[in-house]
Amino acid sequence: MSKIVLKTENLGISFGGLKAVQNLDLEIREGQLYGLVGPNGAGKTTVFNMITGVYKPTTGKFYLDSENLTGKNQEVINHKGIARTFQNIRLFNNMTVIRNVLVGLHNQPEFKCSMVASIFRLPKFFKTEKAMRERAKEILRIVGLEEERNNLSCNLPYGKQRKLEIARALATNPKLLCLDEPAAGMNPNETADLMNIVRRIRDEYNVTILLIEHDMKFVSGLCDEITVLNFGTVLAQGSPEVALNDPEVIKAYIGG
Amino acid sequence: MEFIETLLNGLSIGSTYAIIALGYTMVYGIAKMLNFAHGDVIMVGGYMIFLSLTSVGNPILGLLAAVLFCVLLGISIEKVAYKPLRGASPLAVLITAIGVSYLLQSTAQIIFGSAPKMVVVADFGNLTVGELTIPYYMLITLGCSVVIMLALSLFVKYTRTGRAMIAVSEDKGAAQLMGINVNAIITITFAIGSGLAAFAGFFMLMKSPSLSNTLGAMPGIKAFTAAVIGGIGSIPGAMVGGILMGVVEAISLTIPAIAPYTDAIEFLVLIVILLFRPSGILGKVRREKV
Ligand SMILES: Nc1ncnc2c1ncn2[C@@H]1O[C@H](COP(=O)(O)OP(=O)(O)OP(=O)(O)O)[C@@H](O)[C@H]1O
Ligand SMILES: [Mg+2]
Repeated sequence: MSKIVLKTENLGISFGGLKAVQNLDLEIREGQLYGLVGPNGAGKTTVFNMITGVYKPTTGKFYLDSENLTGKNQEVINHKGIARTFQNIRLFNNMTVIRNVLVGLHNQPEFKCSMVASIFRLPKFFKTEKAMRERAKEILRIVGLEEERNNLSCNLPYGKQRKLEIARALATNPKLLCLDEPAAGMNPNETADLMNIVRRIRDEYNVTILLIEHDMKFVSGLCDEITVLNFGTVLAQGSPEVALNDPEVIKAYIGG
Repeated sequence: MEFIETLLNGLSIGSTYAIIALGYTMVYGIAKMLNFAHGDVIMVGGYMIFLSLTSVGNPILGLLAAVLFCVLLGISIEKVAYKPLRGASPLAVLITAIGVSYLLQSTAQIIFGSAPKMVVVADFGNLTVGELTIPYYMLITLGCSVVIMLALSLFVKYTRTGRAMIAVSEDKGAAQLMGINVNAIITITFAIGSGLAAFAGFFMLMKSPSLSNTLGAMPGIKAFTAAVIGGIGSIPGAMVGGILMGVVEAISLTIPAIAPYTDAIEFLVLIVILLFRPSGILGKVRREKV
């Protein structure tokens, strides 16, 4: 079996009296497409917020490649290899599509270039800048936005904005890519297209993908393993066929 | 002829305001706070120029010393006073900034006394073209300001640091999650703003040689007004707002009937512009997302 990329141990967080997530144990293996599902308010986004450093967990720990990252801040966690998209799209609206991706590429060691080199336009700057643009275009190509690279991101239709968020996160060269409802607001054609894109990203960039999604066709078509949350606790874990047919899960979705 | 002289005077006053306003607007755009101590950094720069002139006597060295000292001061103020308040309520940050402002003014008063110092930067003389008499200091101010504004615009547009600055100003949280070191960007912003404040101090002392611990107070408020007129957070906005304020000031000062009310007229411009454009001339009109 391949190695564990993300591991959470008894991870939990409370907001005042509300236990938004408790006792979460996850083991996500390299190359997996892992799903996190559950009814509204189950605590899915809160899990993303914890493992990306937006919220500090009140209990438990999480590890990326066996390194404990609990309590580290956002940019450190991103440098270590966790990137994400947002449920409510948060692009840099007044930047062009390609610039959004370039911002994600800035901190990659292979494109590093000092401020001095950047101001005085030393050869190093042009070299890294060119390589960075090439990489950005390549990433945009995979999500199908290469042609639109010079448009302002706020002018893109909704579905494409979601794809750009994926591209921007992918630019930070993550080991684990977390997608928060990537198919929300997409029509069936776009959703099918997105499934292919997600698979290609996993294969071509060797990233492990953790995704939140309400569209069960999307989840069962794409994920090899899922965790179902309800009111912050785990209801079921396993393959989509098994976990989604768990009586507890069916009850939670029907609203029992 | 007289009108051209007035206009040039306005442009040089205005570009000084613009240079100060850039500091307010960049810090606001990136750290989302009003740095009310910004005006007092100008004053500290003024005293550095004074010290350099009395010891070494070279105005250029004086300017360099002032820029260097103000950059370090700006970075330190941010580290010591504002950084611990990251995430605190905007009101707490505001009152801290006001505290820093008084701290700088009082410290300067303790060290240099309350009597104004005479600081003659240099005797620049005038340029005469036909009937036109233009003091050289105006041209120096204008020239330097144009170069500074151009350089800053290019820096923000064409360097990675600039790109990161725009990303942070658009969405600090998302930028951080994309691996941008937000603290470093805020430090750089304070450094740039404070370095510009030193230039502003130099321009002001060239124009009028009197230096006291309140040197930065009024220009600080006017430049802040200029930043709001232009649209706070917008770099071109700060430039437009500053120039507008300066030109209004220069014109108003030449009309005897309204000259005594010049300050009031400048703030009136603010009110009128905000009535028509609540987020300033070049400010982003916020679209409410539902
Ligand atoms: N910062 C916060 N302060 C207080 N409560 C919070 C905070 N963040 C999340 N919560 C609460 O935690 C619970 C889980 O929220 P979360 O956003 O994780 O749900 P979700 O599973 O992503 O739901 P959805 O499918 O609607 O996106 C909710 O009750 C929410 O109100
Ligand atoms: Mg959510």
